[in-house]
Amino acid sequence: MAIKLKTLSDQEHLCQGNLACAGCSQILGLRQVLKVLGENTLVVNTTGCMAVITQMGVPKVPHFHVLFENAAAVASGIDDALKQQGRRDQYKLLVVGGDGGTADIGLASLSGAIERGQDFIYICFDNESYMNTGGQRSGTTPFAARTSTTPVGTVSRGEARLPALRKNMVEIIAAHNIPYAASTAIGYPMDFLGKVEKAAQVRGPSYIHCHAPCPPGWGVDSELVIEASKLAVQTGAVLLYEIENGERRITKKVSKRKPIADYLKLQARFRHILDDEKLIEQLQREVDAGFEALTARC
Amino acid sequence: MTRQFWNGNMAAAQAVRQSRVEVIAAYPITPQTHTVEYLAQFVADGELDARMVKVESEHSALSACCGASIVGSRTFTASCSQGLQLMSEVMYFASGMRFPIVMAVANRTLSVPVNIWADHQDTLVNRDAGWIQIYTRSVQEIYDMMLVAFASAEDPRVNLPAIVAYDGFILSHASEPVTPLEQSVVDDFLPSPRATERPLMDPAKPQQFGEVLFPEWYPDFEYKKHSALVGAADVLTERFAALAELSGRRYDLVERDSDPGAKTVIFGIGSMMQTARHTAAKLREQGESVAVVNLRVFRPFPEQAVAKALQHAETVLVLDRDIGYGSAGMVYPDVVRALYHAEHRPTVLNFIVGLGGKDITEQTILRSLELAKDGYRGQSVFWPDARGPQEGIAPSAQR
Repeated sequence: MAIKLKTLSDQEHLCQGNLACAGCSQILGLRQVLKVLGENTLVVNTTGCMAVITQMGVPKVPHFHVLFENAAAVASGIDDALKQQGRRDQYKLLVVGGDGGTADIGLASLSGAIERGQDFIYICFDNESYMNTGGQRSGTTPFAARTSTTPVGTVSRGEARLPALRKNMVEIIAAHNIPYAASTAIGYPMDFLGKVEKAAQVRGPSYIHCHAPCPPGWGVDSELVIEASKLAVQTGAVLLYEIENGERRITKKVSKRKPIADYLKLQARFRHILDDEKLIEQLQREVDAGFEALTARC
Repeated sequence: MTRQFWNGNMAAAQAVRQSRVEVIAAYPITPQTHTVEYLAQFVADGELDARMVKVESEHSALSACCGASIVGSRTFTASCSQGLQLMSEVMYFASGMRFPIVMAVANRTLSVPVNIWADHQDTLVNRDAGWIQIYTRSVQEIYDMMLVAFASAEDPRVNLPAIVAYDGFILSHASEPVTPLEQSVVDDFLPSPRATERPLMDPAKPQQFGEVLFPEWYPDFEYKKHSALVGAADVLTERFAALAELSGRRYDLVERDSDPGAKTVIFGIGSMMQTARHTAAKLREQGESVAVVNLRVFRPFPEQAVAKALQHAETVLVLDRDIGYGSAGMVYPDVVRALYHAEHRPTVLNFIVGLGGKDITEQTILRSLELAKDGYRGQSVFWPDARGPQEGIAPSAQR
């Protein structure tokens, strides 16, 4: 049953008013996700932006703010306790983390929980750096991006780690032979929510990696956040696909990809490289190669 | 139940089985490992209806217990040494969340140098994590204290996690006779895990957990947590009394072996207090005035009970099987605090003994008593079984 805008619940599971920055994309994401999952959802939240945003009674479902690196482990305990008590089927268990809590400090606990086959939906809202602490680089920060720990200086031009070495979380998780893993982007809500619906039907772990632009961190105007997310997909910087029982499928086919510069120039974090044609060309080749590689596997 | 012959890890595991724990999450570490293996076998044999979360680290072990606890399950974990240190962050989280998790710790020192043997460094460096800490001297005591720990931790006046500590190898691997309670007696002794009134994750009553608390209210929250732990002393005393009724075995926060009027008192925690007791008994036979006071509960620290137990002493030897580097042993400062306002304040000296599993023998105790004879001469911390001080090399901190 594919999710449709018309049939999306009118019920809100987040209170109005929260601590998110103007234009924050991930709080939009959580609002929509909870509409799909419904009121019998238990939320476990890593330390990170979302934990700050949802403080002080914002969610209307039980919401547990845990430590930075242990959300998947706490969720494991909830999962097993509810199973032991014979009431697991009554609830959806959602784990929410950022790229820090998921790809970096929390990767071991997430890997362990997935390997054990714990039953939860894990959503990583990836804003590509540690925004909660003011924008330091993470394992998913893109090449050349300016962050507060990869500054632009006389001998440095932002994040130096090559594009191909950036952590590919969907593939890392997929390597666990997880029943369902997917990448999505905040600019394509129906793609996102369709995947949430699929993930919710999985018995066992499921993982969704959601590209979530950050206005202050990326230097994107608040009103252009959705535009930035769409451009990420339309340029091929972010590929929307899913891996269902080992089968890869591209869920958003882009017939004519836009040049990567269109996506980069919207963001102040890439301003220092926009004049460097050679580098832009190199980045375009990386994007093309990423697209080819995925297409070859689908 | 008939008398059994169990090692310390088995006694802990049997108490967990009889406590009908629902979720167990632990990661193996020597010398705790057998506890988890025994429990896995109980589950495999259908003797314990529980789920074991086979986690990838101690950090995740305690985190999984937190998850199980917030939906109302009775939970257990076990660790020690490096594992306990990895858990440390979650220990503060668990007590702040007021989760009544019980943890068995087969005490082992911390690396480096690498050493798998007993001292109390691992639990004592976590003394301020907001957990009840109960220490034991025998395998029977491990079994009994595990039951007391579940009953006290889950008491609505407490709702705090608890550690039952026993010396690695010395107790974890040594087999001793144990007389367990009948299952029905244990069932009556423990509260029903479903009866808890703690706030739980429940969509029918949605609440937020682990929230931010701003400076204006933060001290109030901390005061409540601290008060609950201080108040746990009364609850523990109640449970000791209840256990005595059921088993005939008597325990207290502070236990004095004999001779309330003795001039010299040896004070400490853990299995070494058995050696101290044995040595003191021999000395008394020779006409010396020596007694032993065992501290069963280190957190909450029973200040008044300690002061009372030591009120007639002229010299108190605090044995610490641990060292707070750059200061003193970690039991010592609390004892000094308890005695500071005493009417007749005794001389209180600190003896660092048995680190990294070095045998604490009669000689260790006698050597400590010998060093204490001169009283305080500008030095309060002694290392009777370490080579440096024996050769006259005093740590510079003692200058």
